[in-house]
Amino acid sequence: MREVAVIGVGQTEVGEHWGVSLRHLALEAVQAAMADAGVVRADALYVGNMLSGELEGQEHLGALVADFAGLRGVEAFKIEAACGSGAAAVRMGYVAVAGGLADLVIVVGVEKMTDTLGPDTTAALAMAADADYEAAHGASFVTLNALVMRRYMHQYGYGHQDFAPFAVNAHQNALANPYAMFRFPVSSEKFRRARMISDPINLLDSSPICDGAAAVVLAPLGETRHQSMATVGIAASAVGTDTLAVHDRNDPLVLAGAELSSQRAYNAAGVRPADIDLFELHDAFTIMAALSLEAAGFADRGRGLALAADGEIGIEGRIPVTTMGGLKARGHPVGATGVYQIVEVVQQLRGLAGENQVPNARVGMAQNIGGSGATVITHILERI
Amino acid sequence: MNSVPRNWRLRQQRYRLVGEICESCGVRIFPPRDVCPECETMEQKEVAFSGRGEVYSYSTVYHPPRGFEEFAPYTVALVRLEEGPLVTAQLTDLDSEQVKIGMSVEMVTRRMQSGGEEGPIVYGYKFRPAIQPAAA
Ligand SMILES: [Zn+2]
Repeated sequence: MREVAVIGVGQTEVGEHWGVSLRHLALEAVQAAMADAGVVRADALYVGNMLSGELEGQEHLGALVADFAGLRGVEAFKIEAACGSGAAAVRMGYVAVAGGLADLVIVVGVEKMTDTLGPDTTAALAMAADADYEAAHGASFVTLNALVMRRYMHQYGYGHQDFAPFAVNAHQNALANPYAMFRFPVSSEKFRRARMISDPINLLDSSPICDGAAAVVLAPLGETRHQSMATVGIAASAVGTDTLAVHDRNDPLVLAGAELSSQRAYNAAGVRPADIDLFELHDAFTIMAALSLEAAGFADRGRGLALAADGEIGIEGRIPVTTMGGLKARGHPVGATGVYQIVEVVQQLRGLAGENQVPNARVGMAQNIGGSGATVITHILERI
Repeated sequence: MNSVPRNWRLRQQRYRLVGEICESCGVRIFPPRDVCPECETMEQKEVAFSGRGEVYSYSTVYHPPRGFEEFAPYTVALVRLEEGPLVTAQLTDLDSEQVKIGMSVEMVTRRMQSGGEEGPIVYGYKFRPAIQPAAA
């Protein structure tokens, strides 16, 4: 196997892009990443996306995006793993380059979610869950996470307000990220009073519905050095899975897929949680941020909230999370999110994260979760 | 997606809560899945579950997915069946303020979706407060 580097990154602003189509969002991110890498061609293009068929009536994104991005003729296809589609596409790009099957791969994650009405988007997102035994009973994706959150509060004795630090931190970090959707602060008090979606999950526990695209260029490490910036290598790329349905898990309060994925990534990279300088975790809901911290070994079970309450998740904390705003405040264009996370870790490791720069960041981890915990893709990146 | 054959295929589960007992390791399985999640054999026997259980967790839905607007707000629960498995289902015949983790519930058959202009009306299991306390 060859070692793999991320030699270029690009992203669009996350938001409600009523004037921009899915293919043009993807194009913008691809062009930005290619310009950053200083390349004009590629051997393959992998597109991470979850909902284009359901929300845009458009499948077959590989060839479509390749054509419109000026890459007509290259190997190209779409990769889907619900909200984990973006990192799944990065994983396939990694496999192609590491395995010696391609020397230059572009991965783009793209999602267009604002063309449809709320109930239709809500129903589409529920496709990440078990259609026959969860969605058929009127459980939205928010509801499934709310069921986990209420039980977590019951079992460990927390109140809703204890989840506030995750939202407060994400919004604080989004302030200085020009690509973030929500560049305004959120107070603990505002968190308490937010509109209820599916109790106990309210609007400020939840990541927003939005549009966006992000892209990376992958190449063998060593053969392609960036002229002016620090080289960032992929030290580990790992996947773990679990049951689609929350009710089928061994323990609904444990992300077993994330435990597997994290452990495999740590083993591959030869690092421990203490070696990780920042963690772009999958905070689709505040409860998922807590469970992710626990599954990845940063907190004991039931103690993820304590870590946040102690201020350890801020830029200067022990384990900074959602350093550019996370899913909560940068935004969660579902199939693009996993690629945004990689782009942000690369920004941090290059030392180009501006006001949000984690001091001396050398090893960063990104973890993208499909569904309520069924597909978990972890990447560990390292400044060479 | 809400087709007649699709709902018909689930009739044993929707109307009678038919799951499985693994004859190899004894675990009770719902929904049925043929390959045992505990011992990976296919030695399953179909069995109708009692329909009794208790609320493991719950959430009231204020922003329903398409197809469920007429019921909103409604409460979805994870119910721990007395045979062991968890099941996702709506609670019925009570106000959301009355729901508590640990309360005893029992299965009833109710309308799950109206199907709109042309789709099928879907019936299936929901859970209501237990009229008889769960068997000891
Ligand atoms: Zn068995």
